Amino acid sequence: MSETLHPISVEVNGKRRSSQVPARLSLVDWLREDLYLTGTHIGCEHGICGACSVMLDGESVRSCLMYAVQADGHRVTTVEGLANPDGSLSVLQDSFCETHGLQCGYCTPGMLIASQALLNSNPNPSEAQIRDAIGGNLCRCTGYQQIVEAVRLAAERIAKEAK
Amino acid sequence: MIRPDFRDRALKAAPFEYARAASIAEACDLLARHGDSAKLLAGGQSLVPMMAMRLVRPAFLVDINEIAALKFVRREKDAARIGACTRQCVVERDEALTERVPLLRQALKWVGHIQTRNRGTVGGSLAHADPSAELPLAAQVLGAKMALRSAKGTRVLDAEKFFSGPMTTAMRPDECLEEIHWPAWSWRHTGSAFTEISVRHGDFAMVAAAAQIAIDGDGRCVRAAFGLGGAGGTPLAFPKIAARLVGTRLDDAVVNDAAHAAATETEPGGDLHASAEYRRHLAGVLAARALREARERARSM
Repeated sequence: MSETLHPISVEVNGKRRSSQVPARLSLVDWLREDLYLTGTHIGCEHGICGACSVMLDGESVRSCLMYAVQADGHRVTTVEGLANPDGSLSVLQDSFCETHGLQCGYCTPGMLIASQALLNSNPNPSEAQIRDAIGGNLCRCTGYQQIVEAVRLAAERIAKEAK
Repeated sequence: MIRPDFRDRALKAAPFEYARAASIAEACDLLARHGDSAKLLAGGQSLVPMMAMRLVRPAFLVDINEIAALKFVRREKDAARIGACTRQCVVERDEALTERVPLLRQALKWVGHIQTRNRGTVGGSLAHADPSAELPLAAQVLGAKMALRSAKGTRVLDAEKFFSGPMTTAMRPDECLEEIHWPAWSWRHTGSAFTEISVRHGDFAMVAAAAQIAIDGDGRCVRAAFGLGGAGGTPLAFPKIAARLVGTRLDDAVVNDAAHAAATETEPGGDLHASAEYRRHLAGVLAARALREARERARSM
């Protein structure tokens, strides 16, 4: 017996993407396997590690804890959607390079989404607020220190640019 | 680019039928038709991982995320009413609600992480009824009331009746949690507090404690409520012990006695993270800490 397929239409990084999905297909699997947006990483697949974080209607969520069918009619931003329109790195992404905020890179897409969501709502976060914002994202390489520095640096650079 | 055949890919959850309900009535109707084999999908922060691990495999999922009528926060004179599918982050950010029922934000500070609170709902956490979860404890301590709706009608259950065991509520399979009524205390000098110990912040609590205290202008307690999570099969409240605090000045010795009496009544389980004995020890320490913190807040009002 074949599984029922549900039609979905989702705005992903500004583009409308449509497909037919089985209800049990997770949002992250749809993004990676159907749209080939492999920037979003799959870690634990049960909501612990944060690697799969994406923005849903502007709020960071875990894409392994949502079915793709639930995103129908909504707006998703993945790590691919953070770069500048010309493909160059965003200020936040560049700050991660600058402060060595990544080593193996596995947690990085989730860290970027979590920190970008923070900066969107709070352009001048304190260290405690940064640590709280990335508290749901596990990193096994950096010890978090350089990630916190990256977000701080990005906030300062964005503030400077705005002047 | 889209793969033509989904049958050859590995999917974590077992297959299920899915419907996005447009209204509470439609959700109730689907539950009535599919009975035990159906399950409501709210924020999915507990249900989806359980389905990924195939600990549960409902045949039918009724998605209630798009039902606008389940998403609201209404502040009334002596209460706050919250729609069951209201996201936890919405409650957390609501200043006026926090003024009325401060324990909610205090509890939410310990719930998961930003990403899970952005998606997780108030009703979902209550209906999941994890005995160490924070919102069920807040509901038990404040005596929240749950409005349950089914195709047959509506009924209201007190938190005490609602939580019937570990991950078990008195909800029938055809019922949908519609809204939660949180009583607000009107005394001017009211304070509340929530605290817990877990392996890492955001994990489930080994033991959690919540308290709310009201005092008069002379510093005498006029009402007290407190409870413990992770110390039994359901979140626990101790109304009889709390009643003994009324009329006292809530000196440390009185507060510590009450906390100790409550801890003695608990029968926590033990696991890899914490033995039953350690949990009972934490119960006394944390209950005292929550009561003292609530008292200090009440005094400073």
